[in-house]
Amino acid sequence: MEKTKNSLGKRIKNVLMAPVRDCKEIGQTFAHGDWKTKVSFLIMGFGPLMRGQILRGIAFLASEIAFIWYMVAFGAKYLKDIGTLGTVQGGFDENYSYTYGDNSFFILLFGVLSLFLIVLFIYMWRLNVRVNMNEEKRLKEGRALATVKQDFRSLLDENFDKTLLALPVTGVFLFILLPIVFMVCVAFTNYDATHQSPTHLFTWVGLENFRNIFSMGTAGFGKTFVTVLNWTLVWAFFATFLTYFLGMAVAILINKKGIKFKKMWRTILVMTIAIPQFVSLLYVSKMFAVDGLINSYLMKWGWINSPLPFWTKASWARPTILLINLWIGTPYVMLITTGLLMNIPEELYESAKIDGASPFQTFRKITLPYMLFVTGPYLLTQFTGNLNNFNVIFLLSQGKPQSLELAGGAGYTDLLVTWLYKMTVNDTNYKMAAVIGIMVFVVVAVVSVTVYNILPSVRDEEGFQ
Amino acid sequence: MMKEKKLHKQHKKLSNGIAYALLIVMSIVWLFPFVCLVLQSFRSYKPEVEFGGMVAYLLPKHFSLDSYKFLFSGESNFLRWYGNTLIIAAFVSIGQTFFVLCTSYALSRMRFKMRKALMNLWLVLGMFPGFLTMICLYFLLKQVGLTQAGAVPGLILISVASSGMGYYVCKGYFDTIPKSLDEAARIDGASRAKIFIGMIVPLSKPIIIYTALVAFMAPWCDYVFASYVAFGYEKGYNVAVALQRWVTTNDYQGYFTRFCAGGVLVAVPVTALFMALQKYYVEGVTGGAVKG
Repeated sequence: MEKTKNSLGKRIKNVLMAPVRDCKEIGQTFAHGDWKTKVSFLIMGFGPLMRGQILRGIAFLASEIAFIWYMVAFGAKYLKDIGTLGTVQGGFDENYSYTYGDNSFFILLFGVLSLFLIVLFIYMWRLNVRVNMNEEKRLKEGRALATVKQDFRSLLDENFDKTLLALPVTGVFLFILLPIVFMVCVAFTNYDATHQSPTHLFTWVGLENFRNIFSMGTAGFGKTFVTVLNWTLVWAFFATFLTYFLGMAVAILINKKGIKFKKMWRTILVMTIAIPQFVSLLYVSKMFAVDGLINSYLMKWGWINSPLPFWTKASWARPTILLINLWIGTPYVMLITTGLLMNIPEELYESAKIDGASPFQTFRKITLPYMLFVTGPYLLTQFTGNLNNFNVIFLLSQGKPQSLELAGGAGYTDLLVTWLYKMTVNDTNYKMAAVIGIMVFVVVAVVSVTVYNILPSVRDEEGFQ
Repeated sequence: MMKEKKLHKQHKKLSNGIAYALLIVMSIVWLFPFVCLVLQSFRSYKPEVEFGGMVAYLLPKHFSLDSYKFLFSGESNFLRWYGNTLIIAAFVSIGQTFFVLCTSYALSRMRFKMRKALMNLWLVLGMFPGFLTMICLYFLLKQVGLTQAGAVPGLILISVASSGMGYYVCKGYFDTIPKSLDEAARIDGASRAKIFIGMIVPLSKPIIIYTALVAFMAPWCDYVFASYVAFGYEKGYNVAVALQRWVTTNDYQGYFTRFCAGGVLVAVPVTALFMALQKYYVEGVTGGAVKG
């Protein structure tokens, strides 16, 4: 304990001292550097270019030119308004000609992008200083600098990670990180149907939206949020564990000695994975509709007089969804557990049988602990996946039945994600959609961190070996 | 002694009988919707032949290919939608596999300064729901003209660009390939790139097929982004969006059998492909499940 505390303190100190060390190094590089290095402080890549390292020099110079061009032509005008998100609203003047105002959306989006690029530029500049320093040092020691050819070759060898990750990292930055940061910012603005860019402005409102989602009054989202969150958690729990146990049971059944055509049984079940979900789920949702196959057959046979409210009553819709999810989800578990079940040593079962244990006892004492241990991480990902299981809910019930008691167009089978989707698409209530997105993140993060820390396979890797 | 053995045998027979009964019931439940789907796709939608909506019987009264004929006739954009989806699926499959392989190799084999930080950042980003960023992505794509008429390349771009984050299963597989192989090759003077392309990739056939298969199947179900990006431009839809609209619009009764026929046309090739590559799929999910 003492040791970890110590190393943590050391690490914090390390992080805090890093800028100081950096500044010192930059200062020394400038003070002791030759004129090429000194010019490089202003014109990036000048030193490497003069020393014949064309590739690096051009890369630095190009990044500087690109950055300045972006800022002058584009970034600066958005960045300067980021505090207000625009002040001039577009509209018709007294001569009925349209004048363009500020576009809050782009101010925020490109403002965030500009901030990222500034950080990136500072990093590049810092790198530029260090490269200059290292080159001078190398030359002073009388060693040759890497040639352009060597630089290229290193990108395929010791620096291969940079080549490999360049595209994936850029992609994630542009299409995941930037949009997420943008949407997190939107949660602190009043961007909604009445503040749509480009015709209207939106602006910062602080924590108002978060207050809204927790306010239990009639106008607030609080009650709806609690209802939806509750169902999301209940759904994720049952969807995960019901399929887990049924899937395992089916796997055991098919693995049973003396059962023939094992492959055929598995293939039949796997059909639900193979067939695109939108075909199977949409069809099944229609089967359970008021005028669907199931209701009309039951009525034809005279078992019921009026159609069963599979999708129209919350108390029916929720179990129906869980039931249909069993149909969709069980085969996955069956596939995964089939192989794992065979890994359990046969002797364990034999000796349990000799001791007179019933099949249920052997399952509880031998099979289940082993399976829970091995599939712990799978259960966790499955649970978080179910928290965000958009397809099953949306294709089956679209979150219905809806109710006037719920705010934001939510229904009784809506998960947080489907509610988020509805708010984005139907209500264009982006600010609340953003808040819900953050809430989903919080729920997933809390569940993941808690479960991860109590997972036996994480705590004790040797457990069952 | 003899009697006990006989009893045991009988008991076994009985328990196997129950097991078979259960399996048969399950098979019926599992296949029932698909059988219904196929049967109903052979019902005509033309009023003079038969009602094309939802009815209280399964076997069509007149076997007809009208619904299929409609799909191929050009009265709707079905072939276009089908083509869109096929193109998206093919490109996403290739692109994602490439991105995932690159990322996985770098994270599994190379040790660099920001490695841990990058993995943690991606883990945190993965906890945000994907639909949160929908509007932002829409406007980003719109800026470069990749919405509506450009929906197909736009969808390919967003699916491929962010796919590096899905490296877990593949990296897990790479981790199981002994590092001593790499080291031996490096002593022989092979560069990292050469090891990656010449050694690791050929050894990873199962995981490559798994990655490509999963990536290929996803676009067939992609409803959310596809409908948002192609918003209002019918020719840019994929099959999921188009067929979903057929059954959820007010005229769903009229389009029901045509939806069934479309569903069959989509399901048959995808299912066939999946069944053919099932072995690799099982390997992939099982490996991924255990390692987390």
